[in-house]
Amino acid sequence: MPTYVLTDKCKGCMECVKICPSDIMHIDPSQGRAYNIEPAMCWECYACVKSCPEAAIEVRGYADFAPLGHSVLPMRTADKIEWKIRMLGGEVKEFTFPIRTTPWGSIQAPQDTPAPTAEAVSSELLAYEPDYLAVEALPTLPRKGGSA
Amino acid sequence: MTESPTSRAVQTVDCDILIVGGGFAGCGAAFEARYWGRDLKIVVADKAAIERSGAVAQGLSAINCYMGMRWNENQPEDFVRYVRNDLMGLSREDLVYDVARHVDSTVHMFEEWGLPIFTDPATGRYVREGRWQVMIHGESYKPIIAEATRKAASEVYERIMVTHLIPDAADPNRVAGAVGVNVRDGSFYVFRAKAVIVAAAGASHIYRPRSAGEGSGRTWYPPWASGSAYALLIQMGAEMTQMENRLVVTRFKDGYGPVGAWFLLLKAIATNAAGEGYEVSRLPELRERVGAYADAKPMPTCLRNHLMLQEILAGRGPILLHTERVLDTPEKEAIGWEDFLNMTIGQAVTWASQGIEPKSEPSELILSEPYVMGSHAVCAGAWTSGPGDIAPSEYQWGYNRMTTIQGLFGAGDTVGGSAHKFSSGSYSEGRLAAKAAVAFVRDHPDAPKVTDDQVRGLEATVFGPLDRYDTQRGLVTAGTVHPEVLRPDHALNRLEKIMDEYGGGVSANYTTNRAFLERGLHHLELLKTDMKKLAAQDLHQLQRAWELHHRVWTAEAVLRHTLFREETRWPGYYYRADFPHVDDERWKCFVNSVYEPATGRWRVFTRPYRPLF
Repeated sequence: MPTYVLTDKCKGCMECVKICPSDIMHIDPSQGRAYNIEPAMCWECYACVKSCPEAAIEVRGYADFAPLGHSVLPMRTADKIEWKIRMLGGEVKEFTFPIRTTPWGSIQAPQDTPAPTAEAVSSELLAYEPDYLAVEALPTLPRKGGSA
Repeated sequence: MTESPTSRAVQTVDCDILIVGGGFAGCGAAFEARYWGRDLKIVVADKAAIERSGAVAQGLSAINCYMGMRWNENQPEDFVRYVRNDLMGLSREDLVYDVARHVDSTVHMFEEWGLPIFTDPATGRYVREGRWQVMIHGESYKPIIAEATRKAASEVYERIMVTHLIPDAADPNRVAGAVGVNVRDGSFYVFRAKAVIVAAAGASHIYRPRSAGEGSGRTWYPPWASGSAYALLIQMGAEMTQMENRLVVTRFKDGYGPVGAWFLLLKAIATNAAGEGYEVSRLPELRERVGAYADAKPMPTCLRNHLMLQEILAGRGPILLHTERVLDTPEKEAIGWEDFLNMTIGQAVTWASQGIEPKSEPSELILSEPYVMGSHAVCAGAWTSGPGDIAPSEYQWGYNRMTTIQGLFGAGDTVGGSAHKFSSGSYSEGRLAAKAAVAFVRDHPDAPKVTDDQVRGLEATVFGPLDRYDTQRGLVTAGTVHPEVLRPDHALNRLEKIMDEYGGGVSANYTTNRAFLERGLHHLELLKTDMKKLAAQDLHQLQRAWELHHRVWTAEAVLRHTLFREETRWPGYYYRADFPHVDDERWKCFVNSVYEPATGRWRVFTRPYRPLF
């Protein structure tokens, strides 16, 4: 797609290098700025685009099937993502979607909940079950083919 | 940890439980291991950063596995019947049932954590996309799940390409840890663990993709899914199952946008180029090929692929999905675009770049290249022990989700026979594996033995491609052509070509036979010989070199299993032209294999299928 980096915006902060799942956003040592070192291994996942604090990273559709003249760009905040899509003919579409209903960092760690009982340890129950199943008990079946 | 990129510092990490891979299965494992093992050292190793690693890196627009037991929408038995049907009879129903009965608690936890799930204000229930799917605003699905993992794990090591598992020096059938390379600083990581949970990825780029050049990054499964789920285990001698059960998906052409919301929620239909339906008219031919499976409801995923492929081969394509007939309100148009923007942004880019307006014109559908994985409508992976209360005795050897190697557990794409898990089920399976791994560690408190000789031998192997580049680079002036060494990207091209042409890829219309498969294995042997000369000019290429090794191990298992199963069990995924029919009498059983590390030989054999009810 792949991603490309705008020279005037990139400050070489490494956020894209840290987040890229494909390990293809690297710093060009001659410029001190990021670039896509392997476009054929870019999934267009936009992890780098969303993470860039300078909005320096954009995407141009894959050369083998995407004509030039379009853009699809997000602006992600703590609770929503806004998309701006520019179509080949120039039409612009905008969409906004929520991304999270609770504050970042608010998840309770499993070790901060009451320790499981010995009975639960030896059962088939997972953490917070059966409560979180929202049914009376964990389903089971009569075993077939004898016991282990 | 401050050494230069070529220092080869060795970092040794001792832990109770090592989790390889921080995708959904690995994140579930870390959470659950901490819940039951509060005093244990639990370590995650991931080759990227867990906020955006794995198959859910860019998000999802639906949770595809949710029973809704609290509203009596489905029970686990219903899900087993569905999976049995979709997999043409062959799944490990004990594992499928186990995921189904736990998955609701996982999804309820995700909602509490802050994942926005579409809810019907009138009923208070989740909005269903289809019978098993619920709709989500899932752009941040992975970062939310990763937040819990960071809190639960003792340590998360990132940018570690795990290359090999380490066997116990005293017992080759017991795992003792894993090694890998930090692709940022070049240090060699040695993880010594009492139990290891492999929650790594299935594989893209085993088969040559349809797109060329840049577009080969737009595979359906992510390009970073390199088959570590299988290669790590195969090399240890773990028993594998269903490796022939590779996946081909129906997708929007080129952008590979998903079709689920369009077919199930928006009720769009697909036709041939003339606007005609083709599934009903092709049923008689399908019955002749697969018998009663042709009339299963819903039609198995592979058979729907098959009917589309036949229509295209008959010259009546392209196949069109009629988005224009269903996007009749602004709300539906937003749902259609969000479906892609949350999980396959490349499809939105494809529409934008080609000027396709989905509310006024149809889009082309296509069948993808094949993938090897275990969490969608296929179930390649390791043969694991089932849950203690319900697994038949033949499927049970003590610890849930433990492979045939002591102390080595699997979850997600790693576990074979356990289809249709998707994100929520893979997370749940990670939880199941972790609870069992905690029990294993309690029962086996002594750390297994790792010798210096083992570590030094693995280090020399892992860094071999870097050394080779340094010693060979001076032979030629410049460029990428060299007579003595092979680049990882060149070797990947060869692997993809072999699998495409001999193993039933797109250029062969997914068709192969005994002679092709034997030729394919021959070419794979030649490639493996050349891979002793793999050269990497930097740490990034070193990661690619080991991803390639993992893909080649995966590919070999696929070819050997496909050769052994003398039938066409899943038409639409692949065809054995020499055995074109479903043959329940001989082949309603699992094809399993073991690679023997001591001898370098493969054994391929069958295991019985046992229905749960």
